[in-house]
Amino acid sequence: MLKKIFSRDRQKGMSEEWQTNDNVPAGLMTKCERCNEIYYRKEMEKNLFVCPNCDYHHHMRAWKRINSLFDEGSFEEWDANLETTNPLNFPDYLEKVKKDQEKTKLKEAVVTGKGTIEGYETAFAVMDSRFRMGSMGSVVGEKIARAIERARELNIPFIIFTASGGARMQEGVLSLMQMAKTSMAIKRFSDEGGFMISIMTHPTTGGVTASFASLGDYNFAEPGALIGFAGRRVIEQTTREKLPKDFQTAEFLLKHGQLDRIVHRHDIKPLLVNLLKMHQRTFTSEQTPFFSLEGGEQD
Amino acid sequence: MKHILEFEKPIYHLREKINELRKISMESNINLQEEIKTLEKRLARLEKDIYSNLTPWNRVQIARHQERPTTLDYIHLLIDDFVEFHGDRYYGDDGAIVAGVGFYHNNPVTVIGHQRGKNTKENIARNFGMPHPEGYRKAIRHMKLSEKFRRPIITFIDTKGAEPGKEAEERGQSEAIAYNLKEMSGLKVPIISIVIGEGGSGGALALGIGDHIHMLENATYSVISPEGAASILWKDASLAEKAAESMRITAQDLKELGIIDEIIPEPLGGAHRNVEEQAKNIDQVLVKSLLHFANFTPEQLLEQRWEKYKNIGKYLEL
Repeated sequence: MLKKIFSRDRQKGMSEEWQTNDNVPAGLMTKCERCNEIYYRKEMEKNLFVCPNCDYHHHMRAWKRINSLFDEGSFEEWDANLETTNPLNFPDYLEKVKKDQEKTKLKEAVVTGKGTIEGYETAFAVMDSRFRMGSMGSVVGEKIARAIERARELNIPFIIFTASGGARMQEGVLSLMQMAKTSMAIKRFSDEGGFMISIMTHPTTGGVTASFASLGDYNFAEPGALIGFAGRRVIEQTTREKLPKDFQTAEFLLKHGQLDRIVHRHDIKPLLVNLLKMHQRTFTSEQTPFFSLEGGEQD
Repeated sequence: MKHILEFEKPIYHLREKINELRKISMESNINLQEEIKTLEKRLARLEKDIYSNLTPWNRVQIARHQERPTTLDYIHLLIDDFVEFHGDRYYGDDGAIVAGVGFYHNNPVTVIGHQRGKNTKENIARNFGMPHPEGYRKAIRHMKLSEKFRRPIITFIDTKGAEPGKEAEERGQSEAIAYNLKEMSGLKVPIISIVIGEGGSGGALALGIGDHIHMLENATYSVISPEGAASILWKDASLAEKAAESMRITAQDLKELGIIDEIIPEPLGGAHRNVEEQAKNIDQVLVKSLLHFANFTPEQLLEQRWEKYKNIGKYLEL
């Protein structure tokens, strides 16, 4: 009962999409972007937007991701009131932001907050590439940095799902400096023993890859995700070299040592639960012995 | 038993004979119980005789046995909810070293070990258990995470040695090993190392700066493989057997030399004869070691680690 009241309270400040909840565009059917197989939209959603036929991982909206992971009613959104401005007076910038706000029902390209996943409390940031390609301007950087700072103060883990084209051009060097700010927040968090997991989803590129996305204690990626720093076209044009077909895919990165694991979307929640359980503060506290047989055997 | 070692052949032949007699007895309904019983007794005696008088070279052969259990076999038997992590974050993912986290008797632990293959295909993927620099860099990254999250480290040692090759040198094989030796020395969590097969040289030691070091009964641990020693000392790798005898590479030798803490018994004939039993034997010693260090402060850990290693070496001071 109490829980219900609290969660209703918390939801007041939340971004709009939470309340409109089902903003799936009209239409009963949907088509896999890769294999063109046709499915009921509901079926695809139930499968977490992974194609039941070819396993292609479709884009997943921020709130869908949050709802798929967190215990019901446990999620509390942070900093939904931060507004994007136009610091460089860049032509048409705010119009474009407004358009994306209407299109996505999100205020910016990231949703942050905290909640519990099977009882394990964790802070959270999830990016949404529909909003300005998930690019990082001042608001995205600030929300992520604040989420990490709060995780540090609350002594809870921080999990981020990245999806971004990189820095936001329209905010120029202010955008660049968000890389520094978020990385610095992670350093402060990590030095106090904070536990961070980064899950890179399609696509994660540029300044986001070159900052917080790569700074998890564990870095994972969804299968097939495009992950890189400089884009393929830029590299090909600068170096006049033809790049391999799998260049900058999650699989390519794993082979080259950049990822700890590739995780199928269906396996993400169990993996997170397992790792959250292993990294509980009761284990890391100096009062706890390094090893004990108390508490009995697990099975 | 698919792979028979030369010195095991008498056992194998006798067992064949017993099986033959059984077959005859079944098929032609002749009672051969007495004969079979006698032979079985002889077999038991023969096994005991051979396996309790193993030469160092015999042990090298057992340690290299194709079916000998590997790091992943023990992880599957001893660790719950194991999550393996791959690359080094710099260059590649080295299949010759496995690293991950899991629960050991409900305590989070980091487990790192060399990984051989059991057939040609696996061995190619695992580079025959010989790590490149990226393997050692993956290992130390996870050891540092282990320190950050205050969980003990268990390492399984099983390698002929670090990869000797052009690319390994280009990417800094020596630096990778040296860095691990230095950094492991300062980790503020207990490290327990177990040599489960071959402990070959710096490539083994780079995972082996343990607060306790244990060895399986038939494992070996030395500065170089017997073949390598023979080729350096006598310019003839075929004298490996002689080198194995002279170099004192067995668990018994290392115990006498004061390098290792405990010898973990193996099932008769070697670990591959009964992997579950072997895992149980490891479990007993491992639990004891971890309980020993359970309440050490970081300062105590580092102090005793330094005490342990600084006392290794024999010399005369005049």
